[in-house]
Amino acid sequence: MIAIAAAANENLAHISNVLIYSAMAVYTLAFLAHIAEWVFGSRSAVGRTAAAITTEAGAARAAAGASAQGGGTAVLERPKVVTRAATGSRDVPDGPGAAGTSEKGDVYGRIAVSLTVLSFLLHAGSVLTRALSVQRAPWGNMYEFSTTFGMTVVGVYLGLLAFKKNVRWLGLPLTTTILLDLGLAVSVLYTESDQLVPALHSYWLWIHVSTAILCGAAFWVGACSTLLYLFRDGYEARLVEGRTGAGLRRYLDELPQDRRYARFKAKLALRTDNPMSRLPAAATLDKLGYRINATVFPLWTFTIIAGAIWAEAAWGRYWGWDPKEVWSFITWVAYACFLHARATAGWKGRKAAYIALAAFGCYIFNYYGVNIFVTGKHSYAGV
Amino acid sequence: MGTTETPPAADGAADETDAAAAGSRLSTAPEEERGQAVPGSFGGVRKPGAFGYAAWAARETIGWARWFWRQLTSMRVALILLFLLSLATVPGSLVPQTSVDAVKAEGWRKSHETLGPLYDKLGLFHVYSSVWFSAIYILLFTSLVGCIVPRTWQFVGQLRGRPPAAPRNLRRLPAHTTWRTDAEPEQVLAAARTLLKKRRFRTEPGSDSVASEKGYLREAGNLVFHIALIVLLIAFASGQLWKSEGQKLIVEGDGFANTLVQYDDFKSGSLFTADDLKPFSFYLDDFEATYERTGPQRGTPRTYEAHVTYHEGADGPGRKATVKVNEPLETSGSKVYLIGHGYAPVVTVRDGQGDVAFRGGIPSLPIDNNITESTVLKVGDYRTKDGKKDQIGFKGNFVPTLDLKTGTMLSQFPDLDNPRLVLTAYHGWLGTNSGTPQNVYQLDVSKMQQFKDKDGNPFAQALKVGDTMTLPDGGTLKFEGIKPWATFQISQQPGNSTALAGAVAALAGVAGSLFIQRRRVWVRAVRGKDGHTVVELAGLGRSESAKLPEELADLAAALQADAPPVTATDAPDPAESAESADPSAASEGARA
Ligand code: HEM
Repeated sequence: MIAIAAAANENLAHISNVLIYSAMAVYTLAFLAHIAEWVFGSRSAVGRTAAAITTEAGAARAAAGASAQGGGTAVLERPKVVTRAATGSRDVPDGPGAAGTSEKGDVYGRIAVSLTVLSFLLHAGSVLTRALSVQRAPWGNMYEFSTTFGMTVVGVYLGLLAFKKNVRWLGLPLTTTILLDLGLAVSVLYTESDQLVPALHSYWLWIHVSTAILCGAAFWVGACSTLLYLFRDGYEARLVEGRTGAGLRRYLDELPQDRRYARFKAKLALRTDNPMSRLPAAATLDKLGYRINATVFPLWTFTIIAGAIWAEAAWGRYWGWDPKEVWSFITWVAYACFLHARATAGWKGRKAAYIALAAFGCYIFNYYGVNIFVTGKHSYAGV
Repeated sequence: MGTTETPPAADGAADETDAAAAGSRLSTAPEEERGQAVPGSFGGVRKPGAFGYAAWAARETIGWARWFWRQLTSMRVALILLFLLSLATVPGSLVPQTSVDAVKAEGWRKSHETLGPLYDKLGLFHVYSSVWFSAIYILLFTSLVGCIVPRTWQFVGQLRGRPPAAPRNLRRLPAHTTWRTDAEPEQVLAAARTLLKKRRFRTEPGSDSVASEKGYLREAGNLVFHIALIVLLIAFASGQLWKSEGQKLIVEGDGFANTLVQYDDFKSGSLFTADDLKPFSFYLDDFEATYERTGPQRGTPRTYEAHVTYHEGADGPGRKATVKVNEPLETSGSKVYLIGHGYAPVVTVRDGQGDVAFRGGIPSLPIDNNITESTVLKVGDYRTKDGKKDQIGFKGNFVPTLDLKTGTMLSQFPDLDNPRLVLTAYHGWLGTNSGTPQNVYQLDVSKMQQFKDKDGNPFAQALKVGDTMTLPDGGTLKFEGIKPWATFQISQQPGNSTALAGAVAALAGVAGSLFIQRRRVWVRAVRGKDGHTVVELAGLGRSESAKLPEELADLAAALQADAPPVTATDAPDPAESAESADPSAASEGARA
């Protein structure tokens, strides 16, 4: 029995490796297609709309107000519900997406998504064959964590797309991250497929690790959304002040030469405003980030509880301040901080966003940092 | 665009307060008190005389105390304390902790001459019981209690209260819809009330409207979550105070009874007493280990199984059990974990007179992953060939798999493929009676001489099972066999089930708190100027949510069964064009 397991079905393990390299190749193509999407988008007429957006938004608001006054809306089908943005929010509409208004860009974007689906299938195949080759959950070491984590991130993204959520703008950051993650996995973290040490023989492995990975994948989407919120928020603030496009150029011309930092920021803005204008509105990004983080928080709580139950069975205490436990706790408290910040005056918006990013940083540190730099009971994970 | 129905500007302000009332008490979160950040002098005017002063001082003290308490229980301070808690937790993962690995912590302290004492002062070797860490979480939990109690009362009040009446202008709410119908206003309102009740809204009729509210479980969940955190803390703390945790190495065939003296190593919480140890005993019948034979992870353990016979209580019947790494034995309120294993070479030592001076297994300590072990045997009661009293110490290695081709004496595999016992011997004074406790795994050779062979080289020999080594003074050591040993951790930790219950409650609470929306829906039906009944529906949630408009649309659609809309034949409706330009329409996907 052991001899059979030890043979570890090398064939399957080999297939798994071939699949992961194929997936990486296709992800690279998807990455390039997304770049093309953004590039063609930038040549589209989006630039024009930058200035128009605010006036359009103003017009839209006035119109919405009018409809509210109109009283007798003629609705025979499903009733139309008029929504009002919360007071104080900017009421800027979502951008058109990476492709802008360029049809060519849109075609590239669609190609990118199709390629992502294809590489996701290859990726999933690799994880599955790896699992079959060792006849256990494929989470025995960092290589396996990383490939499964990447797969789950793509899965979450495709799932959101499948549910018709407006997340195609995530494509480029997604493919970039996946390539980094898999690149690191196959080069630095690679471990031959093999059996588990006795401490990992437990059905809690399935429960605890799978939820931990799912949480991380969803937190990643939340963090991306939050990060882009910060950029887009800055862009919208300038939009309202009229410091985009020509206005920004004028502002830059008037800035004295010695105000280096301000000039640098303005120049950066000049370059990034175009992609920014194609992103969803800051309010949309903010909300998406919040929704995801808030949805995942209970799952992360569960992950920690499951880990504690397992630790109790394996090591005789449910909580022992092992570095991995410590950082899960820090991550948990940081996300709790974020949720509190959203409910505290003066902390909503950008400040809460910074906390959310820091919380995600804690998750990532727990994942890479603790495994690599800190030794503890979890360090048999075979870095 | 502005129609005749546009309310005058003065009404706008009234609408605001109206809308604020509609949204009041939608949560139990503490009020934001921005103006209160700086306390004034609470004492007020000080009347002359000692009495005046005392009264002033009392007012001042109470004022400050209340100010402090309000600060402590505000959301902002809770946020800051949470933030501090996460920061304060960090150093414990970077500096070795005495409670986690005492040896490592001690080593670190010794190797960092300047930082060591400084860290010691700061309590960085025991972060989680340090003063500053405790201060943070005690403040946080005080704040939590100070927050929960008023919120609970408030929530009870809300449960008893009724949803607030419909604001005058429903169109100002975040989501609303309206249509005209030929049904009578009373009919519409009655239908609306039935509908809302069926959907489990709590409803309250008004003169021309129905108010309703749903989602109280959100607040309940939030309170349960925060209370569960307190339960968790108490369970954890009591576990720490009353826990006991000891280790015992048992050679195959030997046993253990749960009394303090039997432990090799014992730690306990500060309120634990020896009487708290529940009686039970167990014997290690047999230990089995298997290892990976091939591949890159050759030598990695695959299974560890300790087969034991245990007796519950002082003299319960013997029962068999298997202890594995993830599967402790539970008996008499204690848990017995398997945490390590190794080999004990079994030897017989005869002295120069031929009398047995020692017989038994020598538990040896593994020094690497292939279980190369360091072996020490002290024989205190020993006579030389000439009958003189002497003491003998053996020292060396036990090697489960020796492979001389590799050129090292280190074991090449953890299983017993080619076991050897490599020993050298000393005689003289072991120092065992000197009063200071001695480590059985270390031989102090400062008062001993090593035996020499005929050529004057240090005496040493590698033994196979069955071999005998003869010392220059006539004594012998026979390598009789090998027995495995296992180390067990025996822990008793009260409060585990309370902690689990707290954790589960926290989980359920936080899920309720985050997934349930608390929201209010109002329906108004009045007869319009044209004789039709104007129905208006509006909703308000605690935060903007995509679900609320959807729900409102659902409700409206259901209500239209009883109040069918009439098509407006007069003036073209501006709403059509407005809807397509509605900024929220484009982002609907992401908001869902
Ligand atoms: C012990 C540390 C604490 C943790 C881990 C914690 C965690 C959380 C979490 C995860 C939420 C999110 C639930 C939601 O948004 O509905 C929350 C909400 C809340 N917490 Fe805490 N909390 C702690 C302490 C406190 C304290 C000390 C207070 C009182 C000042 C407090 C007051 C609140 C309030 C009012 C909400 C509801 C906010 C809302 O309605 O959105 N919490 N808490």
